[in-house]
Amino acid sequence: MKLNRLAGVVSAVALTVGAFAAGGAQAQSLLFWSTQATPLEEGQKMRDLVLKPFGSPVEFQSMDAGPFNTRIKAELQANKGTIAVIGGLHGEFTVYDKNLVDLSDVAKGLGDVKVNETFAKLGKLGGEQQKYMPWMQATYLMAANKKALEYLPAGADVNALTYDQLIAWGKTLKEKTGGPKIGIPAGPRGLLARFVQGYLYPSFTDSMVTKFRSAEAEKMWGTMKTLWAETNPASTSYNFMQEALLTDEVWVVWDHAARLQEAFNTRPDDFIAFPAPAGPTGRGFMPVIAGIGIPSTAPDQANAKKLIAHLMQPKTQVETLRATGFFPVVDVQIPDDVQPSVKIEAAAIAKQSSAKDAKPGLLPVGLGDQGGQFNKVYTDTFQRILLANHPIREVLDSQGAQLKAILEKTGAPCWAPDKPSTGACPVE
Amino acid sequence: MKSQRTLAYLLLLPSTLFLLAFFVVPFIQVAWLGLTVEGQPTFQHFQTLSADWKFGPAMKNTFMLVGILVPLQVIFALAMAQMVAKLERARDIILYIWTIPLGVSDLAAGLIWLAILEQTGFLNSFLNAVGLIKGQVNWLQYGNMWALLTAVVLAEIWRSTALMLVILVAGMGLIPKEYAEAAEVFGAGPWKRFFKVTLPLLKPSLQTALILRTILAFEVFGVAAALTGTNLPVLLGETFNWQFNLQDRSVASAYALIVLAISVAFTLVFLRVLRVRSEQRA
Repeated sequence: MKLNRLAGVVSAVALTVGAFAAGGAQAQSLLFWSTQATPLEEGQKMRDLVLKPFGSPVEFQSMDAGPFNTRIKAELQANKGTIAVIGGLHGEFTVYDKNLVDLSDVAKGLGDVKVNETFAKLGKLGGEQQKYMPWMQATYLMAANKKALEYLPAGADVNALTYDQLIAWGKTLKEKTGGPKIGIPAGPRGLLARFVQGYLYPSFTDSMVTKFRSAEAEKMWGTMKTLWAETNPASTSYNFMQEALLTDEVWVVWDHAARLQEAFNTRPDDFIAFPAPAGPTGRGFMPVIAGIGIPSTAPDQANAKKLIAHLMQPKTQVETLRATGFFPVVDVQIPDDVQPSVKIEAAAIAKQSSAKDAKPGLLPVGLGDQGGQFNKVYTDTFQRILLANHPIREVLDSQGAQLKAILEKTGAPCWAPDKPSTGACPVE
Repeated sequence: MKSQRTLAYLLLLPSTLFLLAFFVVPFIQVAWLGLTVEGQPTFQHFQTLSADWKFGPAMKNTFMLVGILVPLQVIFALAMAQMVAKLERARDIILYIWTIPLGVSDLAAGLIWLAILEQTGFLNSFLNAVGLIKGQVNWLQYGNMWALLTAVVLAEIWRSTALMLVILVAGMGLIPKEYAEAAEVFGAGPWKRFFKVTLPLLKPSLQTALILRTILAFEVFGVAAALTGTNLPVLLGETFNWQFNLQDRSVASAYALIVLAISVAFTLVFLRVLRVRSEQRA
């Protein structure tokens, strides 16, 4: 009750402010409402580098998800809005599925700009209409010390590895260099859960949630056991893999692009970045995708569409990369004057997301404050099977029950790669 | 007379308010969080935490740590207190130096020992230099349970033995010299004097030191977190984890209540076992 009233007051204030903005001197300026580029410096760069060249004035406002959603919801409820363009993560768009303007004409009008197909499809939110246009991306990928390349298994292409080849590679490395040289961030602040959710499960089961305890998952953990045998056991204390790469403790690693960049910037000639390996059901990877869309209440929708088209231009995408550190979602030539990490990672990210067998597994959507518990299910499964040696079947059953409880509690419907569900995402 | 009494209460008021605000109120809140769901009493949170596979190891590890740590610290603190008592000069300086680690926060102490024991740490450099090992051995691995325990025990001994030492030194100062002199006259050797005279008379201080140290040992967290990450789960580490990473304050409160119950139980045991009769008080 109290909360409702508060929301009411907030939206009333927001509306008044919005009305002033709309009626005031900036009548023609577009309001760009975003959860991305929240640091002041990034926001300023967005205005100077990305939005100024658009020509017509744009007011860029970035904030946390809370106020972001409050105002959008208030405008939708009032059926009258001032926000022209919204920018947010994929999961933030799924909520407004029915209140977004179809952008198919913008997508068609882009001419020879090549938008990443995997992401363009995600932007349709499972339907026919283009609900949002992909805007920019970040992701997790592999990195290796160049010394490791000579030990690659015969016939293996580092840019199209399979998990079996990775295991063989790790085995050779361990035998020939005196110790295991594969590392994963399984420390307390490492992002191991994302590896299991977005890389292992989609690659082996074509699912993240639904097939958590399937026979395929059981087989997958068996494979993971053999991979773990070739992995440096110190992995359970790695948080940022760039550190272990720079001390040469490990040579082949997986981590978030932002947690690898230090290695590439410090010793750009020593390391390479490459796509994650593929399993039986594809090359699972977890893109962090931000999109741009137009709410149905937006004023001046024609101009808003022009702004979106502007943001999709390769030149603008490069400036967005400079402003935010997020990577382009269209085919572009990255200029030479960017940091080495950007150049090295951009190439690998493009290869990973446009691979023929690419199998994107998205960040969890709709879990609210249960996100930590959701991750715990996956890290616990990892720790119990690989570190504590509990039987795989038993672990999958008991952790699966917890996963089911979390999804039923939050009622979160499935997200990719799981097929859309009407109610809470089921755990078979 | 009356105004003096009022003054006494007035002077006690700030600390009482402080205790109420920062100990009693949070305690009630924690108990409420840990024992209710939407206002209804429940043991659900205890079920959740005991169903978690980390609860067993955390419990076992914490008890093992306390079981190894506290007896060792008692021995060290007694020995050090004896040494200090025997000193003629520079007694204060030695005491100051020994108590320096007390001023270091437990997390910082953990980090200091991590710098020594980690794979690229000082210990490995030393062992390498004298040719005892080749390359760098990773001692603090998830599989090396005993190495992890030893590391935490070492760091905790270094950091917190002085706490017991200070209490015991003060206690020894209270024992009249005449007892030991009399025992010496009757021909008791140093060991006999220690066990038959010093130790029994030290019981009140020993009790205080043991209670304080044991309670703090059950709250081991920073050192374990720095040295072992999540490789050696302990009770308070899990409390932290549920509160901040898993965002479940109720289960975290349940953990806190378990730690409290254990602490209370041990305090009662020490009060009972090391009971001091009133006429024996120094």
